[in-house]
Amino acid sequence: MYNLFTSLSAWMIPAIIVFIPLYAALRRKVPVYETFVEGAKDGFGTAINIIPHLVGMMVAISMFRASGALELMLSAVRPLFDWAGIPSEVLPLGILRPLTGAGSLAFTTDLIQTFGPDSMIGRIASTIQGSTDTTLYVLTVYFGAIGIRRTRYALKVGLFSDLVGFLAAIFICLYIFG
Amino acid sequence: MVNWIWLFFIVASVVVAAITGKMDAVTQAAFEGAKSGVTVSFGLISIMVFWLGMMRIAEDAGLLQKLARMLGPVVRKLFPDVPRNHPAIGYIMSNLSANLFGLGNAATPMGIKAMQELQKLNPDPETATPAMCTLLALNTSSITIIPTTLIAIRMNYGSANPAEIIGTTLAATFVATSAAILADRYYRRKSPPPPAAPVLQKNSKLKAAPPVTGGEPVV
Repeated sequence: MYNLFTSLSAWMIPAIIVFIPLYAALRRKVPVYETFVEGAKDGFGTAINIIPHLVGMMVAISMFRASGALELMLSAVRPLFDWAGIPSEVLPLGILRPLTGAGSLAFTTDLIQTFGPDSMIGRIASTIQGSTDTTLYVLTVYFGAIGIRRTRYALKVGLFSDLVGFLAAIFICLYIFG
Repeated sequence: MVNWIWLFFIVASVVVAAITGKMDAVTQAAFEGAKSGVTVSFGLISIMVFWLGMMRIAEDAGLLQKLARMLGPVVRKLFPDVPRNHPAIGYIMSNLSANLFGLGNAATPMGIKAMQELQKLNPDPETATPAMCTLLALNTSSITIIPTTLIAIRMNYGSANPAEIIGTTLAATFVATSAAILADRYYRRKSPPPPAAPVLQKNSKLKAAPPVTGGEPVV
């Protein structure tokens, strides 16, 4: 099953890269190379536009982690987890996950290394890491690219679904592997 | 809300650092963060340039429109305010399918392109439209079928069954995405979309302005 999936994803991108220009050239007589270059031009400017947004966000997040403020926030919620019988080792992940993709991946890897991939903590961490995305990054990049300043309810919805996903991951793992 | 979160992070960091005596680390972290912001953006350049080039071919060949027609009904339900054959639908579809198959580096450029297309429909370019919020909600809850990175890490640390988390991840993703869609629906209904009003105001201002300031009719 896993082999099927990995070979499927290994083939996916080459298949797309071949299919699109081939179809365009043969069926629609599109000048593929020139069209590629024309569309690709937009990419540079878009990526550059994102820099100020990403720098602003990353500065705030990395300060927050380095100062120990994150740890303080966690210690405030920890008793609640102990009370609910949830391994509190996964707690930082719930807060890190929406903030930083690289940070939470590093934390997950650390948990897997420390407790083993087949421990309950390892399984819960894997599930949390895989089931949600870095909300703040997605918001910064997507809205930054088009210059949206008033994000309305987007962040609220994103963070809410992160919380739901986090809790769902824990309870599903406790139920399935418990 | 973003403004407050940002301010909170920075103020809380400095206050906590003052108490714990980690001020040096915080200063260093601020510049490290700035650096990684630039690094990540630069990393985006190559994949953005590549995928946007590819997608332009797909758009010119009518492939995006095809994709939009095939999976249109679902997307139309989620994005009722985007016209049927608008190119945004095609990009939204490509973004969602790239997410689904775990093609992370293809998903971001297509998502951004979809946002740019949605921006063309936006009467107020500084305020997010409901369609943008929905697309964002779908992306933040990340509808992934195969968490490839995690399976690789689990293998690396000698898991007996590295793929056993596919099922739990899928279930958790499903719950998170459903929550995102429901919350998005709720807020969309609660806050009536402002487009209609600003458009009218802008137009009436434009029409009303020339006689007042110009004095004499130009034509």
